[in-house]
Amino acid sequence: MDFTHTETRRMLADTIDRYLRDKYPLAARVEAGNAEPGYQPAHYEGMAELGVIAALFPEDQGGFGGEGFDIAVVFEELGKRLVNEPVMDSALIPGPILAAAGQSDAVENIIAGAARYALAAEEPQALYDLDHVETTAEGAGDSFTLTGTKTVVKYAGGCDGFIVSARTDKGIALFLVAPGDVALRSYTTVEGGRASEITLDGAPGTLLGEDGAGAAMLQDAADRAILALSAEALGIMQTIREMTIEYLRTRKQFGVPIGKFQALQHRTAEMLLEIEQARSAVINASNAMGLSGAERARIMAATKYSIGRIGRLVAEESIQMHGGIGMTWEYDLGHYAKRLIMIDHEWGDQDFHLARFVELGKAA
Amino acid sequence: MDLNFTQEELAFRDEVRSWIRENLPEDIATKVRHDAPLSKDDMLKWQLILHDKGWLTYSWPAEFGGTGWGPVKQFIFEEEMAYACAPRILPFGLRMLGPVLMKFGSKEQQDYYLPRMCDGTHWWCQGYSEPGAGSDLASLKTAAVRDGDHYIVNGQKTWTTLGQHADMIFCLVRTSTEGKPQEGISFLLIDMKTPGIEVRPIQTIDGGREVNEVWFTDVKVPVENLVGEENRGWTYAKYLLTHERTNIAGVGKSNQELDRLKELAASQKRGGKPLSEDPYFAARMAKVEIDLMNMEITNLRVLAQAEAGGAPGPESSMLKILGTEIEQELTDLTRRALGSSARALTPEANETGYNGPHVAPEGFNNASAVYFNHRKTTIYGGSNEIQKNIITKMIVGL
Ligand SMILES: Cc1cc2nc3c(=O)[nH]c(=O)nc-3n(C[C@H](O)[C@H](O)[C@H](O)COP(=O)(O)OP(=O)(O)OC[C@H]3O[C@@H](n4cnc5c(N)ncnc54)[C@H](O)[C@@H]3O)c2cc1C
Repeated sequence: MDFTHTETRRMLADTIDRYLRDKYPLAARVEAGNAEPGYQPAHYEGMAELGVIAALFPEDQGGFGGEGFDIAVVFEELGKRLVNEPVMDSALIPGPILAAAGQSDAVENIIAGAARYALAAEEPQALYDLDHVETTAEGAGDSFTLTGTKTVVKYAGGCDGFIVSARTDKGIALFLVAPGDVALRSYTTVEGGRASEITLDGAPGTLLGEDGAGAAMLQDAADRAILALSAEALGIMQTIREMTIEYLRTRKQFGVPIGKFQALQHRTAEMLLEIEQARSAVINASNAMGLSGAERARIMAATKYSIGRIGRLVAEESIQMHGGIGMTWEYDLGHYAKRLIMIDHEWGDQDFHLARFVELGKAA
Repeated sequence: MDLNFTQEELAFRDEVRSWIRENLPEDIATKVRHDAPLSKDDMLKWQLILHDKGWLTYSWPAEFGGTGWGPVKQFIFEEEMAYACAPRILPFGLRMLGPVLMKFGSKEQQDYYLPRMCDGTHWWCQGYSEPGAGSDLASLKTAAVRDGDHYIVNGQKTWTTLGQHADMIFCLVRTSTEGKPQEGISFLLIDMKTPGIEVRPIQTIDGGREVNEVWFTDVKVPVENLVGEENRGWTYAKYLLTHERTNIAGVGKSNQELDRLKELAASQKRGGKPLSEDPYFAARMAKVEIDLMNMEITNLRVLAQAEAGGAPGPESSMLKILGTEIEQELTDLTRRALGSSARALTPEANETGYNGPHVAPEGFNNASAVYFNHRKTTIYGGSNEIQKNIITKMIVGL
């Protein structure tokens, strides 16, 4: 058994860490997150140059990684510095779908940071269920037209194409739709960043992959997203842990550092052990990306559930132990806590995945 | 045992309920229901409506122009107000300073300040906490030095709720550094327009603007603004903290939030089925409802005791802990019930005239912000850790 990362992955982590430490202050991230386009394009491209995106793709698609542990290493580093660039939404999620559909030019541009695509899958009243698709695609062969609405499509504005799930007579299929054929209404998200409600009204779409294979392709995308989000959450929790421990050591009340109060010591211990549990869950999920079927699905559900539960604990406890200062916009903690909580609102929350875990267990 | 209100109390409840229904402006109630921020005018408007009716001072004794209601009637009134989505009556003047002046203030202070905190002339804020003095309030440093007919005040207060609207601030200030820290504190009333006072907003994590820093540089305060005796301020502040905290649990507000959550869960659907039928979510809702049912009885028990003349001791700490935890759990479930739509930051969508995208259902466009904002409830008013310290100290006695 060996729980250390390979030399290459450690170097990648170091490179990302150095770049972010030097060039990615939180204040600029917060400001960018609350305006258009919700992120910092120069940094997105800068990170692509560093190989951050290439690390997420296998060699045969033009990258140099693409395994579960590559994804985890990258997103843990991004989480530590609360990076708010659409690496997951614009690259990791759409890239492999386009690769599987033979769109190799698009993938090359994604890896270079020169193109961004957006997956438009969730619908209003789906509550995370990606098989709930009311959007329809009519036609056959090369020409389909799509009609329907999609909700909370991240970083839709300015993207180079939408991947849209729609129902055909063969089931669910994925289509590539040009940005100009989609109506968007954008807004800011709680933790900073942009999303859109999108409407398709007879929009022309190109079938990606096989007709009827959409649900499986979405499940694959969900697994990538779950791993990326969980690793990001782990990175966030480590930073929160450091901030909280530092605060417990330095904040004095009643003449002593508040970390002297046993009430807070035990809660800190609880938080620390839960973060270790989260790390184990992320390792388990990274490894599971090399598996398939129900075995992998069950581990992914277990991981997302764990991250949702532990993330809430860490966000709430850290704010509480900071007292009033933890409630302020000016102090970094709150921004980390917000992202951590919002991760539970992406790709299924803890209840959704707990239920899924139970269902998958019945089937096994 | 009889868990019911008396006939008279029930009649009183009906009277309050129908009066609120007829007098609470609908636009204000909607804002409260949708967690939209209230303007200063909204709050004052409602305050004056209550004042005209004579109910603003519902917690005051009759001799000071109050209703003279006992704890049970006060409780019923507060619960009806909260349940009807009336704006909360700001506690700083009416619930905090008022009782202190009645007990420790001079006749002149009572005659001057009490009517003005009712008719909207004086908006009061509370200047206790400082950057270095939160839970350990007695370590406060803002200094008041006597100079002839004045005190000269220097220092900084923080977390001052709605200080941006305030005309007056009541402060704990240090007038002596001798003896125990508690023994050198005085209670001072300060006009916010005095030269040398600067109010700086603090933005909260949800983007809100409800707290402030208040800085004092050589601020001249007339000595007649001292309440009671010099260096006795700690006693007055403690009196205020233990005074009639029978409604601290917020049962009415939580019942109203629970109703709203149930409606939301019934209208949110996954796979065509309402979220309220999802066993996982239903169990979460049931648990908080059960906690709330129990707390309601706990609260009534404390009330019965207070009505019989007992002063709530550790019970008010218990109610504070239970009430805030339940309130937080409800905000948590509300955001969860919204799924992905909780991610949209579109608080304006709750307002009329908005024409941007509607991501979350009507009235729920601010749910995540409300969830984050409510983290404050276990921190302020004596953090829940401090309340637990109080409970164990009073009961275990160590
Ligand atoms: C939104 C908001 C509004 C407020 N409004 C006002 C206002 O209008 N006027 C005003 O004067 N103040 C106000 N406050 C201040 C509030 O009363 C303080 O935040 C509170 O007393 C806690 O102090 P602190 O923030 O300095 O935290 P600290 O006292 O530094 O506490 C940090 C952590 O340590 C814990 N802790 C501290 N001591 C102990 C102990 N002995 N044992 C165990 N745990 C301990 C605390 O519980 C907390 O978890 C407000 C605060 C907030 C957040």
